[in-house]
Amino acid sequence: MRREPPRSLADYTPLVFPALMLTVFFVIPFSTMIMVSFFRRDPAGFFKPDFVVDNYARFLSLFFGNVLGFSLMLAIIVALCCVAIAFPFTYLLTKQSRKVQTVWLVCLLSVLSLSEVIIGFAWSTLFSRTAGITNLFVWLGLMTEPQALLPGFGAVLTGMVYQALPYTILVLYPALVRLDPTLLEAARTLGASPIRAFLNVVVPALRNTIVATLIMVFVFALGSYLLPQILGRPQHWTLSVLITDQAIYQSNIPFAAAMAVFLVLMSLALVGLTLLVGRRENAG
Amino acid sequence: MSGLSLNDITKQFGDFTAVDDVRLDVPHGTFVCLLGPSGCGKTTLLRMIAGLEEPTAGAVVLDGKDITAVPTHKRDLGMVFQSLALFPHLSVGDNISYPLRIRGASRNEQNKRTEELLTLIHLSGYADRPVAKLSGGQRQRVAIARALAISPKLFLLDEPLSALDAKLREAMQVELRQLQQKLGITTIVVTHDQREAMTMADLVVVMGNGKIRQAAPPIEIYRRPADAFVADFIGSTNLLEVTADSAGRAIVLGQAIAGLKLPGGVGKASLSIRPEDVHLDKPGKDAIDGTVIFVRDLGGTIETFVEAGGANIVSVATPRERPNVKQGQKVGVVLPPESCVVLAL
Amino acid sequence: MTERLLRRFYFFLVGLFLAAPLIVVAGVSVNEKQDLAFPPKGFSLDWYAEIFVNPEWRKALVASILLALSAAAIAVAIALPLAWFLWRRIAPWANIFQLLGVAPFILPPVITALGFLTFWANAGFYGQPWTAAISHAIFFVTLPLVTLSLGFASIDRSLVEAASTMGADDRTVLKTVVLPLILPYLVSGYAFAFVLSLNEYIVAYMTVGFTMETLPIKIFNALRYGYTPTMASVSVFFVAIAALVFGLIARFGDIRRLLGAMSSDSN
Repeated sequence: MRREPPRSLADYTPLVFPALMLTVFFVIPFSTMIMVSFFRRDPAGFFKPDFVVDNYARFLSLFFGNVLGFSLMLAIIVALCCVAIAFPFTYLLTKQSRKVQTVWLVCLLSVLSLSEVIIGFAWSTLFSRTAGITNLFVWLGLMTEPQALLPGFGAVLTGMVYQALPYTILVLYPALVRLDPTLLEAARTLGASPIRAFLNVVVPALRNTIVATLIMVFVFALGSYLLPQILGRPQHWTLSVLITDQAIYQSNIPFAAAMAVFLVLMSLALVGLTLLVGRRENAG
Repeated sequence: MSGLSLNDITKQFGDFTAVDDVRLDVPHGTFVCLLGPSGCGKTTLLRMIAGLEEPTAGAVVLDGKDITAVPTHKRDLGMVFQSLALFPHLSVGDNISYPLRIRGASRNEQNKRTEELLTLIHLSGYADRPVAKLSGGQRQRVAIARALAISPKLFLLDEPLSALDAKLREAMQVELRQLQQKLGITTIVVTHDQREAMTMADLVVVMGNGKIRQAAPPIEIYRRPADAFVADFIGSTNLLEVTADSAGRAIVLGQAIAGLKLPGGVGKASLSIRPEDVHLDKPGKDAIDGTVIFVRDLGGTIETFVEAGGANIVSVATPRERPNVKQGQKVGVVLPPESCVVLAL
Repeated sequence: MTERLLRRFYFFLVGLFLAAPLIVVAGVSVNEKQDLAFPPKGFSLDWYAEIFVNPEWRKALVASILLALSAAAIAVAIALPLAWFLWRRIAPWANIFQLLGVAPFILPPVITALGFLTFWANAGFYGQPWTAAISHAIFFVTLPLVTLSLGFASIDRSLVEAASTMGADDRTVLKTVVLPLILPYLVSGYAFAFVLSLNEYIVAYMTVGFTMETLPIKIFNALRYGYTPTMASVSVFFVAIAALVFGLIARFGDIRRLLGAMSSDSN
């Protein structure tokens, strides 16, 4: 069956259901959210139709500025850590046998699919005083008494790197596994050591992939909504946490919606940047 | 008329004309080879016969009925694809019985016919094997059997043997021709291999740039090519410039060819002569003077390359006919007039 | 030699990092008493039984599984015709739906969740269990859409042409050639969506959080109001389900290909 343009209305039938579902349950909710971001909060129910920009005006506060700054910084650090750990790892992984690769991929997918709730719970246990890693250190004689390692910035960062690392590896995997192996072999025959060849050949060849991955992981980390809450203190809360908090606990959906719209615009801008980087990679 | 007619078929892809006003009549039971270099439009023509492409203009007529607008699945064809297109999710038997199954044939009928076909292609007992477990030649045969399952009105093959190695390909050519003769089905094969066309075809259709350059039985194509393109594409040939003197006699490289005349009014033309028709003799006044520049002894034949008046002429002979010609030797090149084909420029 | 040792060590470190919290949780889950202790004090599998015996946990488990089964089914029902259409037809503008199918997965989940919250609240269906199924289906439609697009791209188009020369019309081709070839990708897409829906928290929470508890919601609520080892056993149970499902996909399909190891535009 060659690809051909639709000729009659009947040829469009397969598109009807998907188009309907995606429009009704994605485009409309999304638009609703944008609309609600201009509504007024109604303490009795959810919100009252209106047109106010107060929700956006609240961004201008120092508090909001701090949260935004912290969110961005955290996401950048997470992205850098993840790519720094994942790039060499993924590269080495693609050099393994198919069987080893498959086992690792299954493990990575299993961790990736884990609920943020479970990740948060698992790390809060690992960092706890009674069941945590410090007990091991005490047993090894490195510490005199077990202590809790959370809440704190270190805990939040560790949890988020844990959450984003499998994602990073899986984003890098296709590019690295398709990398022409003769490129590296050529470098080796020219006298470069494996590590030199990796740094001089693989890394520059995939510079754009690395940039694109950094951005994707950054956006992924921006979306983390529970870990800062479970593993951190209120000053470690990110925009995503704040949105959840406003929507659910403060029942201020219009303000939550306004923040969400802001977050979308930022994510979209970054995804667009990724595509641009990707295009340049293909062109060049 | 019984058989296939292509009536002024044209196919354009955007600005590019892939098939240009092709007209061809194929009597029932004929084995046709569409032959030409890649990009000449032969595969596109075959796909239009199959209904996989729609002609921009013209009609495909089968047994007197215009089938141009009939969708592929209602044409009752058998087609073998270049990739063979065996269904990887079906066994050998299920591949072969596929056309019967979707036509609602009973399980019994399907099994009987599948057995028949497997016997025909010397693969009886292979019905339950997965196609992935077959060798190249076996896969080839399964694809052929599958295409023949319904005794189609037309048997179409697109470069069917291109994936096989040279030895197997030659064997399959003979096998395919014998099979077709046994079944008497109108068969159209697309190929770029002139040897394959010569082996199998009743009718060779040479295509170039979307046009039919010549359609004739293989030996006629070889002996009487219609133009320089055909002469050059089919086998190897010597193409020389020929002019007419005042008496209309043909002059090649300054030497008149006795008994060969150019058609009236033609001053200049191209002359094609096959290497095996070029004789080498001692230099003399009835021969073209030349020097042997290279000798290639291939065991079965000896190819002699002669430089004469600025042109290169190749002559082929058996070792028995020409035991000892040496590089640098002066020779006389003789072109027998009955073997010379004069082609308009 | 040192090179190999270094590589092994690096793999070990990454593996340890990924496994450590799960090992601790697994250890905690077999505590005999209701302690948050590691290494565990005593050994007991009671907390695993608790998932199925305790009516509240069981209810959450059933709710989660029903939600994941139906959400994955709807997601596949959306993705299959869309991927088929995009493969079969030349209609560049239809790519907008592909974009719409991928967008919810790329955007921060909170946004999609909030979109659903405002939508269902406006539509007056807020809190109905089926709204969570549809929301999850849209949220995870990306997964079957990607696997099916890969699957379609891997089909040699001459197979389809061959079927039509043998007398199969479009519908028959779909049934006898395309669907059998696409089936592994369909199953993978369903499985991916199922596992992720099972684990999803925020969308479920914002759509049905106040009327229904899925397991992740239940774990989170339990986390806020105290500790019970059942949380640990449920977590281990979920990791096991994910590993089992992805293991099966790897066993019966080519997971490397699904994750992009081979170029999808091979034909």
